[in-house]
Amino acid sequence: MTKAYDEIRFHGRGGQGIVTASALLAQAFFYEGRYPQSVPVYGPQRRGAPVTVFLRVADQKIYQRSWVYHPRYVVVLDGSLIKIADVTQGVPDGGLILVNTPHNDREALGLGCSFQVAVVNADEIAYRLGLGGPPYPRINTLMIAAFSKVTGLVSLETVIRAAKERFPPKDDRMELGMREAYERVLLL
Amino acid sequence: MERIIMNGNSAAAYGAVLSRVQVTAAYPISPQTGIVEALAQHIASGRLKAKFIMAESEHSVMASLIAASEAGARVFTATSSQGLALMHELLHWAAGARLPIVMVNVNRAMSAPWTMYCDQSDIIAQRDTGWLHVYCEQNQEALDAIIQGYKVAEQVMLPVLVNMDGYYNSYTTEPVDVYDIEDVDRYLPPYNPPVKLDPNEPHTLHGGTGPHLFMEMRYQMWEAMEHARAVAQEADEEFGQIFGHRYGLTEAYGCEDAELVLVGSGSLVGTLREVVDERRERGERIGLLKIRYLRPFPTQQVRQAVASAQQIAVIDRNVSVGMGGVFWQEVRSALYGSQVRDRPVLGFIAGLGGRDVTPGTVDQIIQIARSNPPQDVPIWIELKERR
Repeated sequence: MTKAYDEIRFHGRGGQGIVTASALLAQAFFYEGRYPQSVPVYGPQRRGAPVTVFLRVADQKIYQRSWVYHPRYVVVLDGSLIKIADVTQGVPDGGLILVNTPHNDREALGLGCSFQVAVVNADEIAYRLGLGGPPYPRINTLMIAAFSKVTGLVSLETVIRAAKERFPPKDDRMELGMREAYERVLLL
Repeated sequence: MERIIMNGNSAAAYGAVLSRVQVTAAYPISPQTGIVEALAQHIASGRLKAKFIMAESEHSVMASLIAASEAGARVFTATSSQGLALMHELLHWAAGARLPIVMVNVNRAMSAPWTMYCDQSDIIAQRDTGWLHVYCEQNQEALDAIIQGYKVAEQVMLPVLVNMDGYYNSYTTEPVDVYDIEDVDRYLPPYNPPVKLDPNEPHTLHGGTGPHLFMEMRYQMWEAMEHARAVAQEADEEFGQIFGHRYGLTEAYGCEDAELVLVGSGSLVGTLREVVDERRERGERIGLLKIRYLRPFPTQQVRQAVASAQQIAVIDRNVSVGMGGVFWQEVRSALYGSQVRDRPVLGFIAGLGGRDVTPGTVDQIIQIARSNPPQDVPIWIELKERR
Protein backbone atom coordinates (compact mmCIF):
# COMPACT_ATOMS: atom_id res chain seq x y z
CA MET A 1 0.00 0.00 0.00
CA THR A 2 1.52 3.25 -1.10
CA LYS A 3 -0.93 5.83 0.26
CA ALA A 4 -3.49 6.02 3.04
CA TYR A 5 -6.94 5.52 1.60
CA ASP A 6 -10.28 4.68 3.09
CA GLU A 7 -10.93 1.36 1.39
CA ILE A 8 -14.27 -0.39 1.19
CA ARG A 9 -15.21 -3.73 -0.38
CA PHE A 10 -18.76 -4.60 -1.39
CA HIS A 11 -20.00 -8.16 -1.80
CA GLY A 12 -23.33 -8.75 -3.50
CA ARG A 13 -25.12 -10.72 -6.16
CA GLY A 14 -25.72 -9.65 -9.75
CA GLY A 15 -29.05 -7.80 -9.74
CA GLN A 16 -28.74 -6.35 -6.22
CA GLY A 17 -27.42 -3.04 -7.45
CA ILE A 18 -24.01 -3.46 -5.87
CA VAL A 19 -22.15 -1.49 -8.57
CA THR A 20 -24.70 1.27 -8.06
CA ALA A 21 -24.32 1.09 -4.27
CA SER A 22 -20.62 1.77 -4.62
CA ALA A 23 -21.18 4.48 -7.25
CA LEU A 24 -23.74 6.23 -5.01
CA LEU A 25 -21.41 6.11 -2.05
CA ALA A 26 -18.64 7.47 -4.29
CA GLN A 27 -20.97 10.29 -5.26
CA ALA A 28 -21.72 11.05 -1.62
CA PHE A 29 -18.02 11.20 -0.75
CA PHE A 30 -17.52 13.48 -3.76
CA TYR A 31 -20.25 15.82 -2.48
CA GLU A 32 -18.26 16.07 0.74
CA GLY A 33 -15.16 17.17 -1.14
CA ARG A 34 -13.32 13.87 -1.20
CA TYR A 35 -11.89 11.97 -4.20
CA PRO A 36 -13.55 8.58 -4.80
CA GLN A 37 -12.59 5.71 -7.12
CA SER A 38 -14.99 2.78 -7.51
CA VAL A 39 -13.67 -0.40 -9.15
CA PRO A 40 -16.09 -3.24 -9.96
CA VAL A 41 -14.97 -6.77 -10.67
CA TYR A 42 -17.41 -9.13 -12.33
CA GLY A 43 -17.61 -11.59 -15.16
CA PRO A 44 -20.33 -11.83 -17.80
CA GLN A 45 -23.30 -10.30 -16.00
CA ARG A 46 -25.61 -12.89 -14.54
CA ARG A 47 -28.33 -12.38 -11.99
CA GLY A 48 -27.46 -14.00 -8.70
CA ALA A 49 -23.74 -14.46 -9.37
CA PRO A 50 -21.37 -13.09 -6.71
CA VAL A 51 -20.04 -9.63 -7.58
CA THR A 52 -17.31 -7.63 -5.84
CA VAL A 53 -16.77 -3.89 -6.00
CA PHE A 54 -13.98 -1.87 -4.44
CA LEU A 55 -14.23 1.75 -3.37
CA ARG A 56 -11.22 3.90 -2.50
CA VAL A 57 -11.59 7.36 -1.05
CA ALA A 58 -8.87 9.92 -0.45
CA ASP A 59 -8.43 13.61 0.22
CA GLN A 60 -6.31 13.93 -2.91
CA LYS A 61 -6.49 12.53 -6.43
CA ILE A 62 -6.06 8.75 -6.65
CA TYR A 63 -3.78 7.49 -9.43
CA GLN A 64 -3.37 3.86 -8.42
CA ARG A 65 -5.59 1.44 -10.34
CA SER A 66 -5.73 -1.96 -8.79
CA TRP A 67 -8.03 -3.95 -6.61
CA VAL A 68 -8.36 -3.43 -2.87
CA TYR A 69 -6.79 -6.23 -0.81
CA HIS A 70 -7.01 -4.94 2.75
CA PRO A 71 -10.32 -3.13 3.11
CA ARG A 72 -11.03 -1.65 6.51
CA TYR A 73 -14.74 -1.76 5.66
CA VAL A 74 -16.76 -4.53 4.02
CA VAL A 75 -20.42 -4.25 3.01
CA VAL A 76 -22.23 -7.54 2.36
CA LEU A 77 -25.51 -7.00 0.51
CA ASP A 78 -26.58 -10.63 0.85
CA GLY A 79 -25.86 -12.48 4.11
CA SER A 80 -25.88 -15.86 2.32
CA LEU A 81 -22.63 -14.83 0.62
CA ILE A 82 -20.73 -15.25 3.90
CA LYS A 83 -20.83 -19.03 3.31
CA ILE A 84 -19.58 -18.89 -0.30
CA ALA A 85 -17.38 -15.78 -0.54
CA ASP A 86 -14.50 -15.04 1.80
CA VAL A 87 -15.95 -11.73 2.95
CA THR A 88 -13.34 -11.24 5.69
CA GLN A 89 -10.34 -11.88 3.43
CA GLY A 90 -7.60 -9.31 4.00
CA VAL A 91 -9.65 -7.29 6.48
CA PRO A 92 -7.32 -5.95 9.19
CA ASP A 93 -8.04 -6.55 12.88
CA GLY A 94 -10.65 -4.10 14.06
CA GLY A 95 -12.06 -3.78 10.54
CA LEU A 96 -15.82 -3.53 10.12
CA ILE A 97 -18.15 -5.95 8.33
CA LEU A 98 -21.67 -4.64 7.65
CA VAL A 99 -24.15 -7.36 6.66
CA ASN A 100 -27.71 -7.33 5.34
CA THR A 101 -29.19 -10.15 7.41
CA PRO A 102 -32.05 -10.98 9.81
CA HIS A 103 -29.50 -12.49 12.26
CA ASN A 104 -27.85 -10.55 15.04
CA ASP A 105 -25.57 -13.21 16.39
CA ARG A 106 -21.91 -13.37 15.35
CA GLU A 107 -21.80 -17.15 15.52
CA ALA A 108 -24.95 -17.63 13.47
CA LEU A 109 -23.37 -15.33 10.91
CA GLY A 110 -20.12 -17.32 10.93
CA LEU A 111 -17.91 -14.27 11.39
CA GLY A 112 -14.82 -14.33 13.61
CA CYS A 113 -14.21 -12.13 16.61
CA SER A 114 -11.32 -10.02 15.35
CA PHE A 115 -13.65 -7.74 13.39
CA GLN A 116 -16.45 -5.38 14.28
CA VAL A 117 -19.73 -6.70 12.89
CA ALA A 118 -22.80 -4.60 12.13
CA VAL A 119 -26.13 -5.97 10.92
CA VAL A 120 -29.27 -4.53 9.41
CA ASN A 121 -32.28 -6.38 8.03
CA ALA A 122 -32.46 -4.36 4.86
CA ASP A 123 -34.53 -7.00 3.00
CA GLU A 124 -37.29 -6.68 5.58
CA ILE A 125 -37.32 -2.88 5.38
CA ALA A 126 -37.35 -2.94 1.58
CA TYR A 127 -40.17 -5.53 1.39
CA ARG A 128 -42.27 -3.67 3.92
CA LEU A 129 -41.87 -0.34 2.13
CA GLY A 130 -42.26 -1.91 -1.32
CA LEU A 131 -38.80 -0.97 -2.54
CA GLY A 132 -38.18 -3.24 -5.50
CA GLY A 133 -39.79 -6.66 -5.23
CA PRO A 134 -39.01 -10.37 -4.77
CA PRO A 135 -36.51 -11.80 -5.47
CA TYR A 136 -34.67 -8.48 -5.64
CA PRO A 137 -35.71 -5.97 -3.02
CA ARG A 138 -33.87 -2.69 -3.63
CA ILE A 139 -31.56 -2.66 -0.64
CA ASN A 140 -28.47 -1.00 -2.07
CA THR A 141 -29.50 2.50 -0.95
CA LEU A 142 -30.45 1.15 2.49
CA MET A 143 -27.03 -0.44 2.94
CA ILE A 144 -25.12 2.74 2.19
CA ALA A 145 -27.35 4.59 4.65
CA ALA A 146 -26.43 1.99 7.29
CA PHE A 147 -22.78 2.35 6.23
CA SER A 148 -22.99 6.07 6.94
CA LYS A 149 -24.18 5.36 10.49
CA VAL A 150 -21.67 2.69 11.49
CA THR A 151 -18.58 4.28 9.93
CA GLY A 152 -19.27 8.00 10.30
CA LEU A 153 -17.19 8.49 7.13
CA VAL A 154 -19.99 10.23 5.26
CA SER A 155 -23.20 11.90 6.40
CA LEU A 156 -26.65 10.39 5.94
CA GLU A 157 -27.89 13.55 4.26
CA THR A 158 -25.29 13.41 1.47
CA VAL A 159 -25.93 9.69 0.96
CA ILE A 160 -29.66 10.43 0.61
CA ARG A 161 -28.86 13.30 -1.76
CA ALA A 162 -26.75 11.00 -3.97
CA ALA A 163 -29.50 8.35 -4.02
CA LYS A 164 -32.23 10.85 -4.89
CA GLU A 165 -30.13 12.33 -7.65
CA ARG A 166 -29.66 8.92 -9.25
CA PHE A 167 -33.22 7.71 -8.60
CA PRO A 168 -35.48 10.78 -8.64
CA PRO A 169 -38.19 9.61 -6.23
CA LYS A 170 -41.94 9.61 -6.96
CA ASP A 171 -42.61 9.39 -3.23
CA ASP A 172 -40.64 9.31 0.02
CA ARG A 173 -40.35 5.51 0.46
CA MET A 174 -36.68 5.26 -0.50
CA GLU A 175 -35.72 8.08 1.85
CA LEU A 176 -37.84 6.60 4.66
CA GLY A 177 -36.15 3.24 4.10
CA MET A 178 -32.70 4.80 4.17
CA ARG A 179 -33.46 6.66 7.39
CA GLU A 180 -34.84 3.48 8.95
CA ALA A 181 -31.76 1.46 7.94
CA TYR A 182 -29.60 4.22 9.43
CA GLU A 183 -31.53 4.05 12.71
CA ARG A 184 -31.81 0.27 12.95
CA VAL A 185 -28.31 -0.87 11.98
CA LEU A 186 -26.84 -2.63 14.99
CA LEU A 187 -23.18 -2.91 15.94
CA LEU A 188 -22.81 -6.37 17.54
CA MET B 1 -17.61 22.96 -16.91
CA GLU B 2 -19.02 20.36 -14.61
CA ARG B 3 -17.12 17.75 -12.61
CA ILE B 4 -19.08 14.49 -12.57
CA ILE B 5 -18.38 11.04 -11.12
CA MET B 6 -18.45 8.59 -14.01
CA ASN B 7 -16.84 5.50 -15.43
CA GLY B 8 -14.56 5.49 -18.46
CA ASN B 9 -17.33 4.38 -20.79
CA SER B 10 -19.47 7.38 -19.86
CA ALA B 11 -16.45 9.65 -20.19
CA ALA B 12 -15.81 8.36 -23.71
CA ALA B 13 -19.46 8.95 -24.66
CA TYR B 14 -19.18 12.53 -23.39
CA GLY B 15 -16.05 12.93 -25.51
CA ALA B 16 -18.06 11.99 -28.60
CA VAL B 17 -20.96 14.27 -27.60
CA LEU B 18 -18.67 17.25 -27.04
CA SER B 19 -17.02 16.56 -30.42
CA ARG B 20 -20.48 16.82 -32.02
CA VAL B 21 -20.08 13.55 -33.90
CA GLN B 22 -22.69 13.24 -36.66
CA VAL B 23 -22.82 9.51 -37.28
CA THR B 24 -22.15 6.59 -35.00
CA ALA B 25 -22.54 2.93 -35.85
CA ALA B 26 -22.48 0.36 -33.11
CA TYR B 27 -22.34 -3.29 -32.24
CA PRO B 28 -22.22 -4.23 -28.54
CA ILE B 29 -19.31 -6.00 -26.90
CA SER B 30 -18.23 -5.90 -23.26
CA PRO B 31 -16.51 -4.03 -21.74
CA GLN B 32 -17.24 -1.31 -24.31
CA THR B 33 -21.03 -1.55 -24.58
CA GLY B 34 -21.61 1.23 -22.05
CA ILE B 35 -20.11 3.73 -24.50
CA VAL B 36 -22.55 3.14 -27.33
CA GLU B 37 -25.45 2.71 -24.87
CA ALA B 38 -24.66 6.11 -23.40
CA LEU B 39 -24.39 7.59 -26.88
CA ALA B 40 -27.79 6.14 -27.80
CA GLN B 41 -29.20 7.88 -24.70
CA HIS B 42 -27.53 11.18 -25.56
CA ILE B 43 -29.04 10.98 -29.05
CA ALA B 44 -32.49 9.95 -27.74
CA SER B 45 -32.49 12.83 -25.25
CA GLY B 46 -31.60 15.34 -27.96
CA ARG B 47 -28.30 16.29 -26.34
CA LEU B 48 -26.48 14.96 -29.41
CA LYS B 49 -27.87 15.35 -32.93
CA ALA B 50 -26.48 12.34 -34.73
CA LYS B 51 -27.49 9.33 -36.79
CA PHE B 52 -27.19 6.08 -34.82
CA ILE B 53 -26.77 2.99 -37.01
CA MET B 54 -27.38 -0.41 -35.41
CA ALA B 55 -25.11 -2.71 -37.38
CA GLU B 56 -25.15 -6.52 -37.50
CA SER B 57 -21.41 -6.87 -36.84
CA GLU B 58 -18.33 -4.82 -36.12
CA HIS B 59 -17.25 -5.32 -39.72
CA SER B 60 -20.42 -3.55 -40.84
CA VAL B 61 -19.89 -0.87 -38.19
CA MET B 62 -16.57 0.12 -39.73
CA ALA B 63 -17.94 -0.19 -43.27
CA SER B 64 -20.80 2.19 -42.32
CA LEU B 65 -18.42 4.67 -40.77
CA ILE B 66 -16.13 4.59 -43.79
CA ALA B 67 -19.11 5.43 -46.03
CA ALA B 68 -20.40 8.16 -43.71
CA SER B 69 -16.93 9.66 -43.39
CA GLU B 70 -16.53 9.64 -47.19
CA ALA B 71 -19.81 11.58 -47.32
CA GLY B 72 -18.26 14.23 -45.09
CA ALA B 73 -19.63 13.36 -41.65
CA ARG B 74 -17.68 13.32 -38.38
CA VAL B 75 -18.04 9.69 -37.27
CA PHE B 76 -17.40 7.70 -34.10
CA THR B 77 -17.64 4.20 -32.69
CA ALA B 78 -16.24 2.02 -29.93
CA THR B 79 -15.33 -1.64 -29.73
CA SER B 80 -13.24 -4.24 -27.92
CA SER B 81 -11.24 -7.38 -28.51
CA GLN B 82 -12.85 -9.83 -30.97
CA GLY B 83 -14.96 -6.95 -32.29
CA LEU B 84 -11.86 -4.93 -33.14
CA ALA B 85 -10.32 -8.01 -34.73
CA LEU B 86 -13.39 -8.48 -36.92
CA MET B 87 -12.88 -4.92 -38.25
CA HIS B 88 -9.27 -5.62 -39.18
CA GLU B 89 -9.36 -5.39 -42.98
CA LEU B 90 -11.47 -2.24 -42.82
CA LEU B 91 -9.05 -0.59 -40.41
CA HIS B 92 -6.50 -0.69 -43.23
CA TRP B 93 -9.15 0.66 -45.60
CA ALA B 94 -10.06 3.57 -43.33
CA ALA B 95 -6.41 4.59 -43.01
CA GLY B 96 -5.60 4.07 -46.70
CA ALA B 97 -8.70 6.08 -47.65
CA ARG B 98 -7.35 8.81 -45.33
CA LEU B 99 -10.53 9.12 -43.29
CA PRO B 100 -10.42 11.00 -39.95
CA ILE B 101 -12.46 8.43 -38.02
CA VAL B 102 -12.05 8.32 -34.24
CA MET B 103 -12.72 5.02 -32.49
CA VAL B 104 -12.35 3.97 -28.87
CA ASN B 105 -11.06 0.51 -28.15
CA VAL B 106 -11.63 -0.77 -24.64
CA ASN B 107 -8.84 -3.26 -24.03
CA ARG B 108 -9.95 -6.83 -23.59
CA ALA B 109 -7.74 -9.87 -24.06
CA MET B 110 -8.15 -11.85 -27.26
CA SER B 111 -9.67 -15.30 -26.83
CA ALA B 112 -9.17 -18.33 -26.59
CA PRO B 113 -9.58 -19.12 -23.79
CA TRP B 114 -12.73 -17.02 -23.62
CA THR B 115 -12.30 -14.01 -21.37
CA MET B 116 -13.61 -10.49 -20.98
CA TYR B 117 -10.82 -9.06 -18.85
CA CYS B 118 -8.22 -6.50 -19.73
CA ASP B 119 -5.03 -6.74 -21.72
CA GLN B 120 -3.67 -5.04 -24.81
CA SER B 121 -3.55 -8.06 -27.13
CA ASP B 122 -6.52 -6.69 -29.10
CA ILE B 123 -5.12 -3.25 -29.86
CA ILE B 124 -1.53 -4.35 -30.33
CA ALA B 125 -2.59 -6.65 -33.16
CA GLN B 126 -3.88 -3.54 -35.00
CA ARG B 127 -0.66 -1.56 -34.60
CA ASP B 128 0.28 -1.58 -38.27
CA THR B 129 -3.06 -0.58 -39.80
CA GLY B 130 -2.10 3.08 -40.27
CA TRP B 131 -4.16 4.53 -37.41
CA LEU B 132 -2.79 6.81 -34.72
CA HIS B 133 -2.75 4.92 -31.41
CA VAL B 134 -3.36 6.81 -28.15
CA TYR B 135 -3.27 5.06 -24.76
CA CYS B 136 -5.19 6.53 -21.81
CA GLU B 137 -4.27 6.33 -18.13
CA GLN B 138 -7.35 7.92 -16.55
CA ASN B 139 -11.00 8.33 -17.52
CA GLN B 140 -10.47 12.04 -18.13
CA GLU B 141 -7.88 11.19 -20.73
CA ALA B 142 -10.39 9.13 -22.70
CA LEU B 143 -12.78 12.07 -22.95
CA ASP B 144 -9.92 14.42 -23.81
CA ALA B 145 -8.26 12.07 -26.32
CA ILE B 146 -11.46 11.84 -28.37
CA ILE B 147 -11.77 15.61 -28.73
CA GLN B 148 -8.05 15.92 -29.43
CA GLY B 149 -8.35 12.91 -31.75
CA TYR B 150 -10.68 14.72 -34.15
CA LYS B 151 -8.49 17.82 -33.99
CA VAL B 152 -5.48 15.79 -35.10
CA ALA B 153 -7.23 13.33 -37.44
CA GLU B 154 -8.92 16.07 -39.47
CA GLN B 155 -5.59 17.83 -40.02
CA VAL B 156 -3.48 14.82 -41.00
CA MET B 157 -6.35 12.83 -42.52
CA LEU B 158 -5.62 9.61 -40.70
CA PRO B 159 -7.92 7.75 -38.29
CA VAL B 160 -7.29 7.64 -34.54
CA LEU B 161 -7.69 4.76 -32.11
CA VAL B 162 -8.18 5.89 -28.53
CA ASN B 163 -7.35 3.06 -26.23
CA MET B 164 -8.43 2.55 -22.62
CA ASP B 165 -8.35 -0.44 -20.33
CA GLY B 166 -11.34 -2.67 -19.73
CA TYR B 167 -12.49 -2.59 -16.08
CA TYR B 168 -9.65 -0.32 -14.89
CA ASN B 169 -11.11 2.51 -16.96
CA SER B 170 -14.31 1.28 -18.57
CA TYR B 171 -16.07 0.29 -15.33
CA THR B 172 -14.07 2.34 -12.82
CA THR B 173 -15.80 5.52 -11.67
CA GLU B 174 -13.95 8.67 -10.67
CA PRO B 175 -14.40 12.45 -11.08
CA VAL B 176 -14.27 13.64 -14.71
CA ASP B 177 -14.47 17.21 -16.05
CA VAL B 178 -17.17 17.65 -18.69
CA TYR B 179 -16.51 20.89 -20.57
CA ASP B 180 -19.03 23.37 -21.91
CA ILE B 181 -19.66 22.42 -25.52
CA GLU B 182 -19.19 26.05 -26.62
CA ASP B 183 -15.60 25.88 -25.35
CA VAL B 184 -15.04 22.64 -27.25
CA ASP B 185 -16.51 24.31 -30.37
CA ARG B 186 -13.78 26.96 -30.15
CA TYR B 187 -11.15 24.23 -30.02
CA LEU B 188 -12.65 21.88 -32.59
CA PRO B 189 -14.26 23.54 -35.63
CA PRO B 190 -16.77 21.57 -37.77
CA TYR B 191 -15.23 18.97 -40.06
CA ASN B 192 -14.73 20.33 -43.54
CA PRO B 193 -13.45 17.50 -45.76
CA PRO B 194 -11.24 18.31 -48.74
CA VAL B 195 -13.08 15.70 -50.83
CA LYS B 196 -16.43 14.06 -50.21
CA LEU B 197 -18.94 11.83 -51.91
CA ASP B 198 -21.89 13.77 -53.24
CA PRO B 199 -24.69 12.28 -55.41
CA ASN B 200 -25.00 15.61 -57.23
CA GLU B 201 -21.39 15.45 -58.30
CA PRO B 202 -20.60 11.75 -58.67
CA HIS B 203 -17.05 10.49 -58.64
CA THR B 204 -15.16 7.38 -57.59
CA LEU B 205 -12.77 7.16 -54.65
CA HIS B 206 -10.03 4.58 -54.08
CA GLY B 207 -10.49 2.71 -57.34
CA GLY B 208 -8.02 0.12 -58.60
CA THR B 209 -4.47 1.45 -58.45
CA GLY B 210 -1.45 -0.05 -60.16
CA PRO B 211 2.20 -0.21 -59.15
CA HIS B 212 2.79 3.20 -60.75
CA LEU B 213 1.01 5.04 -57.89
CA PHE B 214 0.37 2.78 -54.90
CA MET B 215 3.79 3.24 -53.35
CA GLU B 216 3.56 7.03 -53.56
CA MET B 217 0.19 6.89 -51.82
CA ARG B 218 1.72 4.82 -49.02
CA TYR B 219 4.54 7.33 -48.78
CA GLN B 220 1.96 10.10 -48.36
CA MET B 221 0.46 8.12 -45.49
CA TRP B 222 3.92 7.81 -44.00
CA GLU B 223 4.46 11.56 -44.30
CA ALA B 224 1.06 12.28 -42.76
CA MET B 225 1.90 10.05 -39.79
CA GLU B 226 5.32 11.71 -39.38
CA HIS B 227 3.61 15.10 -39.51
CA ALA B 228 1.10 13.87 -36.91
CA ARG B 229 3.77 14.11 -34.18
CA ALA B 230 3.91 17.90 -34.43
CA VAL B 231 0.17 18.21 -35.00
CA ALA B 232 -0.63 16.07 -31.96
CA GLN B 233 1.82 18.05 -29.85
CA GLU B 234 0.23 21.35 -30.90
CA ALA B 235 -3.28 20.01 -30.43
CA ASP B 236 -2.36 18.88 -26.91
CA GLU B 237 -0.77 22.24 -26.10
CA GLU B 238 -3.80 24.22 -27.28
CA PHE B 239 -6.08 21.82 -25.41
CA GLY B 240 -4.09 22.42 -22.25
CA GLN B 241 -4.41 26.17 -22.62
CA ILE B 242 -8.19 26.00 -22.92
CA PHE B 243 -9.10 23.07 -20.67
CA GLY B 244 -6.17 22.79 -18.27
CA HIS B 245 -5.24 19.19 -19.10
CA ARG B 246 -2.12 18.45 -21.14
CA TYR B 247 -0.45 15.11 -21.62
CA GLY B 248 2.25 15.22 -24.31
CA LEU B 249 3.01 12.28 -26.58
CA THR B 250 4.87 10.85 -23.60
CA GLU B 251 5.18 11.94 -20.00
CA ALA B 252 8.52 11.72 -18.22
CA TYR B 253 7.86 11.69 -14.48
CA GLY B 254 10.88 11.98 -12.22
CA CYS B 255 13.18 10.84 -15.04
CA GLU B 256 15.79 13.65 -14.95
CA ASP B 257 18.09 11.95 -12.46
CA ALA B 258 16.56 8.47 -12.48
CA GLU B 259 18.81 5.43 -12.37
CA LEU B 260 15.89 3.14 -13.19
CA VAL B 261 13.10 4.27 -15.49
CA LEU B 262 9.87 2.25 -15.52
CA VAL B 263 8.05 2.43 -18.85
CA GLY B 264 4.35 1.72 -19.16
CA SER B 265 1.10 2.55 -20.94
CA GLY B 266 -2.58 2.61 -20.08
CA SER B 267 -4.16 2.42 -16.65
CA LEU B 268 -1.26 0.65 -14.93
CA VAL B 269 0.70 3.90 -15.29
CA GLY B 270 -1.33 5.25 -12.35
CA THR B 271 -0.06 2.46 -10.14
CA LEU B 272 3.52 2.99 -11.36
CA ARG B 273 3.12 6.70 -10.57
CA GLU B 274 2.25 6.07 -6.92
CA VAL B 275 5.08 3.57 -6.48
CA VAL B 276 7.53 6.09 -8.01
CA ASP B 277 6.22 8.78 -5.60
CA GLU B 278 6.74 6.48 -2.65
CA ARG B 279 10.25 5.40 -3.75
CA ARG B 280 11.22 9.01 -4.42
CA GLU B 281 10.16 9.95 -0.90
CA ARG B 282 12.59 7.30 0.31
CA GLY B 283 15.33 8.85 -1.82
CA GLU B 284 15.42 6.16 -4.53
CA ARG B 285 16.14 7.47 -8.01
CA ILE B 286 13.31 5.86 -9.92
CA GLY B 287 11.39 7.51 -12.74
CA LEU B 288 8.39 6.77 -14.91
CA LEU B 289 7.99 7.11 -18.65
CA LYS B 290 4.38 6.98 -19.77
CA ILE B 291 3.96 6.26 -23.46
CA ARG B 292 0.73 7.86 -24.63
CA TYR B 293 1.22 7.61 -28.38
CA LEU B 294 2.31 4.26 -29.79
CA ARG B 295 1.75 5.57 -33.36
CA PRO B 296 3.35 7.79 -34.36
CA PHE B 297 6.05 6.47 -32.04
CA PRO B 298 7.62 9.32 -30.01
CA THR B 299 11.23 8.20 -30.56
CA GLN B 300 12.89 11.48 -29.57
CA GLN B 301 10.87 11.85 -26.36
CA VAL B 302 11.67 8.27 -25.35
CA ARG B 303 15.40 8.78 -25.97
CA GLN B 304 15.37 12.00 -23.98
CA ALA B 305 13.43 10.56 -21.03
CA VAL B 306 15.88 7.71 -20.45
CA ALA B 307 19.04 9.71 -21.18
CA SER B 308 20.35 9.48 -17.61
CA ALA B 309 19.00 6.02 -16.80
CA GLN B 310 21.30 3.13 -15.97
CA GLN B 311 18.46 0.72 -16.54
CA ILE B 312 15.10 0.78 -18.30
CA ALA B 313 12.26 -1.60 -17.40
CA VAL B 314 9.34 -1.79 -19.82
CA ILE B 315 6.12 -3.26 -18.46
CA ASP B 316 3.89 -4.75 -21.14
CA ARG B 317 0.28 -5.80 -20.70
CA ASN B 318 0.57 -7.73 -23.96
CA VAL B 319 2.84 -10.33 -25.46
CA SER B 320 3.93 -11.03 -28.99
CA VAL B 321 4.44 -14.75 -28.54
CA GLY B 322 7.85 -15.66 -29.89
CA MET B 323 9.39 -12.24 -29.19
CA GLY B 324 8.06 -10.46 -26.10
CA GLY B 325 6.09 -7.39 -25.10
CA VAL B 326 5.50 -4.95 -27.92
CA PHE B 327 6.28 -1.74 -26.01
CA TRP B 328 9.57 -3.40 -25.01
CA GLN B 329 10.41 -4.05 -28.67
CA GLU B 330 9.41 -0.51 -29.62
CA VAL B 331 11.53 1.09 -26.89
CA ARG B 332 14.56 -1.07 -27.69
CA SER B 333 14.18 -0.23 -31.34
CA ALA B 334 13.89 3.51 -30.59
CA LEU B 335 17.07 3.43 -28.48
CA TYR B 336 19.15 1.51 -31.01
CA GLY B 337 21.58 3.95 -32.57
CA SER B 338 21.11 6.48 -29.77
CA GLN B 339 23.59 7.40 -27.06
CA VAL B 340 21.86 5.15 -24.55
CA ARG B 341 21.90 2.08 -26.76
CA ASP B 342 23.97 -0.11 -24.41
CA ARG B 343 21.88 0.44 -21.27
CA PRO B 344 19.92 -2.64 -20.30
CA VAL B 345 16.30 -2.48 -21.47
CA LEU B 346 14.38 -5.13 -19.56
CA GLY B 347 11.04 -6.43 -20.73
CA PHE B 348 8.41 -7.44 -18.18
CA ILE B 349 5.12 -9.15 -19.01
CA ALA B 350 2.41 -8.42 -16.45
CA GLY B 351 -1.33 -8.15 -16.08
CA LEU B 352 -2.44 -10.38 -18.95
CA GLY B 353 -6.12 -11.34 -19.13
CA GLY B 354 -7.04 -8.99 -16.28
CA ARG B 355 -4.39 -10.16 -13.79
CA ASP B 356 -4.19 -7.28 -11.33
CA VAL B 357 -1.04 -5.14 -11.46
CA THR B 358 -0.63 -3.92 -7.89
CA PRO B 359 1.97 -1.76 -6.14
CA GLY B 360 3.38 -5.11 -4.96
CA THR B 361 3.76 -6.23 -8.59
CA VAL B 362 5.73 -3.08 -9.31
CA ASP B 363 7.88 -3.65 -6.21
CA GLN B 364 8.74 -7.09 -7.60
CA ILE B 365 9.62 -5.63 -10.98
CA ILE B 366 11.98 -3.15 -9.33
CA GLN B 367 13.55 -5.88 -7.24
CA ILE B 368 14.10 -8.15 -10.24
CA ALA B 369 15.45 -5.24 -12.30
CA ARG B 370 18.11 -4.64 -9.63
CA SER B 371 19.24 -8.27 -9.75
CA ASN B 372 20.65 -7.90 -13.28
CA PRO B 373 18.30 -10.37 -14.96
CA PRO B 374 18.61 -11.48 -18.62
CA GLN B 375 18.00 -8.70 -21.13
CA ASP B 376 17.20 -10.69 -24.24
CA VAL B 377 14.08 -12.52 -23.10
CA PRO B 378 10.92 -11.17 -21.50
CA ILE B 379 10.45 -11.67 -17.75
CA TRP B 380 7.01 -12.94 -16.81
CA ILE B 381 5.83 -11.51 -13.50
CA GLU B 382 3.79 -13.25 -10.78
CA LEU B 383 3.28 -16.50 -12.68
CA LYS B 384 1.71 -19.22 -10.58
CA GLU B 385 3.83 -22.30 -9.89
CA ARG B 386 3.31 -25.07 -12.44
CA ARG B 387 1.74 -28.12 -10.78
